[in-house]
This record gives sequence, C-alpha cells and structure tokens, in this order.
Amino acid sequence: MNGYFSKDTLDRSAELTRQWEEEIRRAAASGSAGAPRRSTVSDLEIKRLYTPEDIAGLDFSRDIGAPGAFPFLRGNQPTGYRGRTWTFRMFSGMGSARDTNARWHMLLREGQTGLSTAFDFPTLMGYDSDSPKARGEVGKCGVAIDTLDDFLTLMEGIPMDRVTTSMTINPPATALWAMYCAAAESKGVPLAAIGGTIQNDMLKEFIAQKTFMCPPEPSVRLISDTVEFGARHVPKWNTISISGYHIREAGSTAVQELAFTLRDGIEYVEDVVRRKGLAVDAFAPRLSFFFNSHIDFFEEICKMRAARRIWARVMRERFGAKDPRSWWMRFHTQTAGCSLTAQQPYNNVVRTALEALAAVLGGTQSLHTNSLDEVLCLPSDHAVEIALRTQQIIAEETGVADTIDPLAGSYFVESLTNEMEAKAWEYIEKIDAMGGMRAAIDKGFPQLEIADAAYRFQQQIDAQEKVMVGVNKYATDTKQEIPVVDIDERVEEEQISRLKTVKQRRDSRAVRRHLDDLRNACRSGENVMPFCIAAVKERASVQEICDVYREVFGEYRDPGLY
Amino acid sequence: MAERTIRIMVAKPGLDGHDRGARVLARSFRDAGFEVIYTGCHQSPEQIAAAAIQEDVDLVGLSCLSGAHRYLFPRVVELLRQQGAADITVIGGGIIPDQDFALLTDAGIKAIFTPGAKLDAIVAWVRTNIKPRT
Amino acid sequence: MGNSPEETEQLRKIRAGDVRTASRLIRNLEDGLPEAKSSLKRIFPHTGRAHVVGITGAPGAGKSTLVDSLISSFRSNEKTVGVLAVDPTSPFTGGAILGDRIRMQRHAEDPGVFVRSLATRGALGGLAKAVGDAVHVMDVMGKEIVMVETVGTGQQEVEIINHSHTVIVVLVPGMGDEIQAIKAGIMEIADIFVINKADRDGAAQLMNELIAMLNMAPESASGWRPPVIRIGSVFEPVPFGESVAELSAAIGDHYRRLVETGLLGDRMRRKTMVEIHEALRDAILEPILKGLTESGEMEQIAGRVLRKESDPYTAAEEIARRCLK
Repeated sequence: MNGYFSKDTLDRSAELTRQWEEEIRRAAASGSAGAPRRSTVSDLEIKRLYTPEDIAGLDFSRDIGAPGAFPFLRGNQPTGYRGRTWTFRMFSGMGSARDTNARWHMLLREGQTGLSTAFDFPTLMGYDSDSPKARGEVGKCGVAIDTLDDFLTLMEGIPMDRVTTSMTINPPATALWAMYCAAAESKGVPLAAIGGTIQNDMLKEFIAQKTFMCPPEPSVRLISDTVEFGARHVPKWNTISISGYHIREAGSTAVQELAFTLRDGIEYVEDVVRRKGLAVDAFAPRLSFFFNSHIDFFEEICKMRAARRIWARVMRERFGAKDPRSWWMRFHTQTAGCSLTAQQPYNNVVRTALEALAAVLGGTQSLHTNSLDEVLCLPSDHAVEIALRTQQIIAEETGVADTIDPLAGSYFVESLTNEMEAKAWEYIEKIDAMGGMRAAIDKGFPQLEIADAAYRFQQQIDAQEKVMVGVNKYATDTKQEIPVVDIDERVEEEQISRLKTVKQRRDSRAVRRHLDDLRNACRSGENVMPFCIAAVKERASVQEICDVYREVFGEYRDPGLY
Repeated sequence: MAERTIRIMVAKPGLDGHDRGARVLARSFRDAGFEVIYTGCHQSPEQIAAAAIQEDVDLVGLSCLSGAHRYLFPRVVELLRQQGAADITVIGGGIIPDQDFALLTDAGIKAIFTPGAKLDAIVAWVRTNIKPRT
Repeated sequence: MGNSPEETEQLRKIRAGDVRTASRLIRNLEDGLPEAKSSLKRIFPHTGRAHVVGITGAPGAGKSTLVDSLISSFRSNEKTVGVLAVDPTSPFTGGAILGDRIRMQRHAEDPGVFVRSLATRGALGGLAKAVGDAVHVMDVMGKEIVMVETVGTGQQEVEIINHSHTVIVVLVPGMGDEIQAIKAGIMEIADIFVINKADRDGAAQLMNELIAMLNMAPESASGWRPPVIRIGSVFEPVPFGESVAELSAAIGDHYRRLVETGLLGDRMRRKTMVEIHEALRDAILEPILKGLTESGEMEQIAGRVLRKESDPYTAAEEIARRCLK
C-alpha cells in the first residue's frame, strides 16, 4: 500500500460505493437509471461514478508529482500559465504571399503572439505553381510559395528576431526552412536568434494525412538532417512537431492519436541517435509535439496529461536522457476541424471554445482555435477574430489559467489519465514488437487501425449512438448564411507569372550548380541543409529542390489501405 | 437474369491527401453490396477518367477538401465526355461551399455531398439514381 | 450465321483495342448477360496470341506492386499489357473493394496498358468466374502480355494454372508458413518463384529452403527449372528496377521454352479443356439447376433425401435420365 489514500478512506469509500451501486440497481430495475453504457467520442467506456478505489494504485511521487518536476503530469513549468500564458497561434495562409502577409499583420495587431503558416497544396507536396499537378490548387488552402522572393514578401515587416513562426510543412520542410533561414540572414538576424517550428513529421503523413513524397526511410533521414542542423546552428528552432492532430482528423481514437504520435517520436529520436551520433540531450529539448483537441472534454484533458507523463518516462528510461528539458513534452494544440459541422455553423464557435478550454486544462503551450467557417472554406477575417477572442476570453476572463492543472487529483481525471496511458503503452509495445513505426507502416498497421476507428465512428453517427448537434440531432432545414471566403482564380495566373519572372532573372547556372551539390549530399549522406540554403538564395524553387529528392530517393505511392 | 452489380469508383483528385471521407465511403459502398474501385490519393483528372472507363463503372465519386474542386470536378466530367463516356455519372463531396454548387451542377456533377451527409443517404441516392447500363 | 452491323462494329472495335467497348463486354460477361456470350463466340477465333502470366501469393506478398513494376518493364520493351486484378467479394454483403488498381494507377493514362479489377463474386480458387473470358477480350484487343493477379487469400490458389502460360508464385520472408504452402502444392504450379521484399530478415533462409526443395523435385518435361528471383525494396529504385528486369526476362524465357519444346500446345490444350468444362457446366448443369430451383423440385428432392426416401445419387441419376436425352 503506497498510501495515496489511507486504508480507512478506501474502506469507507468501498462501503459507500456498494451502497451507491445498490441504489443504481434499484433505479435500473424501475427504469430510471438512464443509459447503462456511455463512452467517449473515441468509444472508451466511461463509468457512472469514479471513486478513490479507481486511483488507489496511484503513487503520488511516481505518477503525479509537482509541476515542473518529473513525470511532468502537471506541466513542464513550475510557474504554469502565470509565468507565461500559452501562445495564441492562429494557423493562417491564403492566396499570395502578399495576401498572407496582410493577414499576419492584422493578427499581430489584434494580440496574436506567434505566427503559423498554412501553405497551399502544391507547396505542401513540393510542386511549383506552374506544375500541371498544381492546376486549380494554387493559393487555395494556404499561401503559394515557389521561391525565396515569395518568402521575403511573406515576411515583410515581420520582426523575425522577436516573433516565432510555425510552418506546417512536411516533405519540402528543408526547402521552406532554408528559405526562412535565408530570409532572416537577409534581414541581418542571425540564425541563433530565430525561433519557430517546422512540422517536418513524415511518419504521420504515411499514417494519416498522405502528404508524402519520398519513401519512409529517406524521409526520416531528411528529418534527422534538420534536427542535427538545428541542434548545431539554430538552437531556438523546433525542428520537428510530432503530430497527432492529423492522425485524429483521419479518424483515430484519442488513444491511437496518443500512442502513434509518441511512437513516431521514439522513431525519430532513435534515428537521430543512430544516424547522427548525437547525444539525446543535444537535440531532445527541441522536439515539439502537436495534438488535436476534440469535443470529448475530459478525454482530451487526460490525453494531454498522459502524453506528458509517457514522454518523460520514455525519454528518461528508454533513452537515458539526463537534461530535464529532454523530458518535457512541449506541445501545440489545435481544436478539432473534424468536430465542426457545415450545418448550423455558428455552433462551431461553441465547440471550439470547449475544445480550447480542454486544451488549456490539459496544459498546452500553444493553441490554434478553428474558425466557425473552416468546414466550408478558408476562414474569413471576422471568423478568425472570433476564434482568437475565444482564446483571449479563456485566458483573461474565465480564471481557468490562474491555477496549475486544476483537475489533478480528480478520481475520474486521474483514472482516465492512467487508463489512456496504459492503453497507449499497449500500442507502443505492439509497434516495438513489429520492429518500429516504419515496419508497422509497411504492414499498414496504424493506417488500418485508424480506418477501422473512422468507419466505426461514422456508423455510430449514422445510428445516432453518437450525437452531432445540427447533423444527426436537432437538425433544421433553415440555412444559416455565412459569408464565404473565395480565392480569386487570378491568384494562380499571377503566381505563375511571378515565378516565370524569377526564373528569367536568376543565374540559372548557379542554381544548377547548387542543385548538383544538393544531389551529391543526398547521395553521400552529408547534411542537406547548408546546400538547401545556398540553393534557395540563388532562387532555386521548392519543386526544384524536391525534384532532386524525388530523383535520388524515389517517390512513395499510396499503398491504398482501406 | 440476376440483378446486376453496381460498380463505383471512389477517387481523390488533386494534391490533398485527406482520404478519411473517401475511405469511409468506399467501405460503406462495399457494405451496401456495390463493387468499389478506389484509386488512392493524388490522382489527376486524366488518371481518374481513364480508370473509370477501364473499370466500366456506373458512377464516379470524387472527394476533394483542398478547394480545388472548381477545376478538378468539371475536368473529370469533361474528360469522360471527350472519351465517349458521358453516361458515367459523376458526383462530388468534400469542403464545398454552397455558392459553388451551381457551377458544379452546371458542369455536370449530378450530386454534391458535404460534411455531415449520412452514409445511408448517399447509398440511398445511388440506389435511386444509378442503374447499371447494358 | 451473319452478324448484325452492331456486332461487327463491336468486334472491330475490340480488335482495334477500344477500351470502352472491351470494358463494357467484360462487365457484361461478369454479369452473365446472354448477349455477352454471343460476343464471346465472335471474338473467340481471334484469341490465342497473348502470353498469359498468372501471379499468385499470400496477402501482403506485394503482388500488385510487383505487377505495377512488371507493367513498366514490359512497356519499356514496347509490349502492350493487360492486367486482371482479382479481389474478394464480401460473402455477407456481396460488395467488394477492389484496391489492387491503386498500386498501378500511374499507368492509367498509358494507352498500351489496360487494368481491369474483378471481384470474385463467390468463385473459389482465387479467381473470378469471368477471368477466362476477360483474358480472351484482352487477348483480342491485342494485349501481348496479360497478367492475372489472384486474390491471395493464402488458400491454395491453383486455379490460376488453368488460365496461364506462366505462373509466378510470390513469397515474402517472415510470413512463417511459406515453406508449408509450397510443400502443400504451390510447388507444382510455379514456373517462376519470386522472393519479394528480399531486404527483410529471413530472405536468405527462405531462398535456401526453396532451392533445396527445388533440387529434390523431379525434372519437368520441358527441362525448365523454376528460377528463384529476389526482389528487394521498392524504395531502392536502381536495384529494384534491375531485379524486376530480371523477372520480366525470365517470364520471356519461360514462354520461349514452352514454344520451343512444344509444351505451349499442351498448356493451351489444358486451358481449352478447362474452358470446355466450364462451358459445359454453364450450358448443361446451370440450366438444370435453375429449372429445378425455380420449379421447386429441388426442395422436394431435398425433402425426399432428408426423409431417406431417396439418396442424392439416385436422385441425380433420375434427373440426368430425364434431362440429358
């Protein structure tokens, strides 16, 4: 008995629970007890009541501890949100670099504290705006970036030494980060002074989001190159944002999101240690994470608390990290796009507020709140403003940020945290036994687990076992009209003509030479980052860099698991 | 003569890889007794049209979440027409604002299903509107 | 028997390689339309030119990816290719997801390649009932190579041999029961073995066991010894490409050997016998069964057999006497 509760308390609790159960049995017999089974949005069964017995096995110092101390269940920082509130970081990008730059200045004026870039699909997939594959997609759901010229426009008037920028970019991460580095240099800001994040998490692309380019093995190698380059030259940069967000959006359960994301993290750490020979403490403090905050309030809070504890244990016990910062799981959160509904779209404001609240109670370091119109189109200025104000209301009006981890010690919250951690470990061990995440992906394991969960959820919605207000319950025929943002088709033409001009003006011999250097580095195993930076400075395009990767490493194709 | 089996192609045109909807729908069609050919992500309209003809499907269901549907969906219809396969019905789904419905309908997209559409409703639409041709 | 202008046109179009007409005919054959059977009669005289290659192996063996690579290889040698990819029909719903095509979609726009997915629709043995007919259609279209990919249920899919000139058995290391499967009968049908994903642990062991087993096997009539070809990771473009080229060369070698030794004739004869068998079943047995079922007589016979008033054998003999005059 470790003594989280005294024996007396547990005995008394057991007795009261027995009495309570008797009452429930009576109520059930008379038909007034309500639903016999309830489950979370991920179909994790939830009991009607949690009591001290549910967490009797807790060891306070092993499992809970203090904020800022191992196992960091209650947060990385002893000061909590009083020391520093979470970063209000709204994901945005649309049309041309100039359009997006204007949106960013608006957000910074309105109190946003960090930038976050959405790129269009051609950029995300490593194609230039003039590629036939880009037809109809340029600037559509993010900003179109082809060369450093676009990037310099994007960063115009942005103080790169003070504002941190997150870039949601995966296969072409090296190219876009190289542009960021080159842009900083051109403004006289040293690499050591810039801060931000590149998502740069390819495993979750194979698992869930399908923005892939090269096969898993070289993809992970390119990531290790960036981690190494960051550790040596850009110490304030998060070179990877290990993401569960997209896994969840693809239809996973909360436990799957937790487990697959952390197992991806383990895979990356192993690769950097093995391939680069770096000590784990030399880079682990710059690993960051990214979670989804879905609509099931407590499940999300418990997921985030469990995530911190699992990661601390993984880093200390599995990798032998000594630096406490290596044990920290720092994460960004975005509210769940897939929980929003096109029907009665104003309800999305409420959903987002609750999801944001869960993220804050879960202890996120950074937060994006979705706009009410994101299920219909790119967010309008007005919708973005409401989403940003949602965070400000939570931070400054509600008082939830005044005390650290306010739900700690709740029988339910601690019990669900434990349960999710245990279930996540089961998955992690299963993937370990398969030989790691790349081997598991090759077998289609995480992909099919998610596909099964997504289908199950949709069937539950159709059968009204799960409720989506305005969709399968309380649906109305009246339409709520909301203004919809439309990207002008001219953006594509203009972007193509800008690219053409750049290609005419640049020194194409120098571009070729730098791309040759990059090709050699790909083959030799030398770190690609310095070659990428040199190439983008000469105005090599995103696609030109990615074409080198495709040529050397080959292209991954959708294995088509369903 | 035994009832003919409806054949459907579920396809994702363009560069977006968000295939949750497409895959859920493919399973749902299978469970409704249809034969489903799934093309995978990142398909060009040309690849989709060619595959639809080779597979002799009755229906092509397109899914796009990137906002590029205004080019991609009509392009598939156009290619099918050019290749003498105007009788293959094309429907679409994804993040599609109401204001684009007219454009897509005019271009020959027979139905549009947006987030929140029930699987049953889509299957029912197929049963009502799609008959295997002879 | 004279053909209508439409019928002549259909034949002309199929012989000219028209995909729309051919894919429609395959559909009608799958659905068992009587007019499709007539079309089949008309195209039959033009069959017999294609080299039919069967590809079988357990699920997850990478058959579709291998077929995709073989398409590239044959295309680089300017051969036209047809592919029939078979996936299982759900016994519960009658529906199917036909997903093999995904891995071949990069060839969708190549007019020299025609990929058609088929569902088993209740057929056993790893193929669909219409496979033989669909092979004929592709053959008449002028496809020089027709590859038939079986379901890969892990069951004995020996049916493939009745439809192919060359059978490739695909194995992967680490599945555990590979050697058992080979012992249980796959050995006899394989003209070529492929060890796929040969970069995995256990590949060398599988190779050794396979070769040991092949050494003990009796020599075939043609003197052909099934080669074992190792194919590494798809993601290492150069070595992968080389091993696929080796495989496609072996496929060509096997066909030449069949021609040189006259064994091609034997295989064609076997294939024809199977087709006659199937056609007889369709022409004789199916109508009888249908008649008995529709008239309710089947139920009555079953009742009598259940009550031990008759037995299945006597009942069948009675029906045969009555129907087969």
